[in-house]
Amino acid sequence: MSLFAFFAALFPLNTLGHYIHWHIIQISVANLVVIILMIIVFVAALLLPFPGHRRRNNQ
Amino acid sequence: MSYNEIERQWTTRLRRRLVKVLPPEKALPDTQPAYVASWIYVFGVTTMCALAVVILSGCVLALRGPQWWHGSPEGHFFNSLHLWSVEIFFFAMVVHLWGKYFMAAWRGGRSLTWVTGAVTFLVSIVAAFTGYLSQTNFDSQWISTQAKDGINATGGGAYFNVLNFGQMLMWHIVLLPIAAVLLTGIHVLLVRKKGVVPPFEDKVKAPA
Repeated sequence: MSLFAFFAALFPLNTLGHYIHWHIIQISVANLVVIILMIIVFVAALLLPFPGHRRRNNQ
Repeated sequence: MSYNEIERQWTTRLRRRLVKVLPPEKALPDTQPAYVASWIYVFGVTTMCALAVVILSGCVLALRGPQWWHGSPEGHFFNSLHLWSVEIFFFAMVVHLWGKYFMAAWRGGRSLTWVTGAVTFLVSIVAAFTGYLSQTNFDSQWISTQAKDGINATGGGAYFNVLNFGQMLMWHIVLLPIAAVLLTGIHVLLVRKKGVVPPFEDKVKAPA
């Protein structure tokens, strides 16, 4: 199986999109995943130590 | 090296004014304050790097045209590169926006920096929208026919006709990229002039 066929099987793009409905809110699963990823990256950026920060403080 | 400055020359006056407004050591500083050593400060430059890839991949697409980006492996590659660099561009820009919002980055006379960033965000959304309309496929036809009612409801349809492919393409590849790059440049110069916003002061008093 080629790499292309592998990813095509993993993420089929020729099907209808999946949506989440909650009262008046409707969002695609793809957009929701991106928003959750952005929140994870934002929190990680605040919490993870920056390389070289301690060395710079010691100087 | 010494040379005589001509007082009345407009270039002399302009150079002095530019150096006064933004001295070279502030425009291209050697170091940044210690508080900048945090991951939250990398998303602005990530956005700019993504913008550079967007512009370069867009130039390649413009060179070869729609038949190429729809019908050849290399065209598919650059088409995807253009799309995914835009995805990273918006991803990084939103995280940058959240970070600056919670830092209240408009403090210390930095309101114009905040405003230019916000306007760049809005211009980028219109640029992405016209990009969807410029794909030359069924997706772009669907989006344009869905969007026309919304645009017409605002009264802007007479000037910004989403069904006019030529107009949308020109907005996407000329006007909006110029606006986005110009605003980004002004935004960065303002950051250099005013400096990166410092964190909030710690209000907890040390025990006596």
